[in-house]
Amino acid sequence: MSKTKKTAVLLMIIALLIIVVPLFALRGAEFGGSDDAGSVMVEKIAGKYEPWFTPVAEQALHGELPGEIESLLFCLQTGIGVGIIAFCMGRLVERKHQETLAGEKGECQTQTNEATAGREEKAPAGAGR
Amino acid sequence: MDKKERRMVFAAAIVAACLCTGATAGAMHIMEGYLPAGYCIAWGVVSIPFLVAGFLKIKRILEKSRRNITLLAMSGAFIFVISSLKIPSVTGSCSHMTGTGLGAILFGPASVSVLGIIVLIFQAVLLAHGGLTTLGANTFSMAIAGPFVSFGIYKLCGKLKVSKHVGVFLAAAVGDLFTYCVTSIQLALAHNADGNVGAAIVKFLGVFAPTQLPLAVLEGILTVLVVMALETYGTTELRLVGFGSELTKKGEF
Repeated sequence: MSKTKKTAVLLMIIALLIIVVPLFALRGAEFGGSDDAGSVMVEKIAGKYEPWFTPVAEQALHGELPGEIESLLFCLQTGIGVGIIAFCMGRLVERKHQETLAGEKGECQTQTNEATAGREEKAPAGAGR
Repeated sequence: MDKKERRMVFAAAIVAACLCTGATAGAMHIMEGYLPAGYCIAWGVVSIPFLVAGFLKIKRILEKSRRNITLLAMSGAFIFVISSLKIPSVTGSCSHMTGTGLGAILFGPASVSVLGIIVLIFQAVLLAHGGLTTLGANTFSMAIAGPFVSFGIYKLCGKLKVSKHVGVFLAAAVGDLFTYCVTSIQLALAHNADGNVGAAIVKFLGVFAPTQLPLAVLEGILTVLVVMALETYGTTELRLVGFGSELTKKGEF
């Protein structure tokens, strides 16, 4: 494995731990949003505070956004983002792959199966750096 | 920025200053309706010049080369993804990251303000997260103050010849933390017991900072990962935006 790859894997593991450890270390914790904690703090510090404007979605619905719908919309947001990143990364990875192939003097003129073969083929192309 | 653009930003700043009296500015993380109207307007007005500068910067980046759109889209999408993920933290509550560090490092802080406000509007309108009245304040904390600090730290690390990845990590992590510091200050300015802003800032920081600290580290790591991926596959694009030119020795890419 190249050095870059090792670093990347190590970083991913650390990232995963940062997310997972609190979840298991603090069993039974509520994990509410810190934004909400902020509004609680506002009341603690400044006394009872009545928000003077309600979110437009809640106005239109005459009530709170249902929890499931909220998670749907959050997923939508994540999906849009991941879609764009994956599309761009896919193009870059494939471009590099093609460059490497061209560099290898038509050693393998793969036209088919590239999209499907995906991962196994990419790995050696990236490992060079 | 050329002369004409500079004049436009300046004009926008003046217009913003004039609007101070009666703008209907809208204002991520501060909940809808939780800032008094005056503060909403003030923060919105402060954000306007940055947004105009950002808009012009983006226009210029795209004029320079259409290919820059790949990285620009990815930076924006990164903010979209990162700010939609609520991550559990050591304090037993959840928070999310900002994702603005990447864009700030690649394109400079001004352009991120435009990318950031898109996300903030999306969340305010559809998710009832943040708010339209607090849009200005949230834009200032997440899309302006955070990215500017990220950018500054990245440049500073470059000057100090710190390794590039460490620089990226620090920039993203500190920028994330700073966003929440600004949010605390914004809340404290508006909500404090008998004018004691200092004490209120400390209290709000007490809510946000411990939760945000591990997430800031996480954001730093994720940003470094994206940068590493781009260094491997998007060398051409990174060169176009001049990334790493001040830091990398020749041939490191």
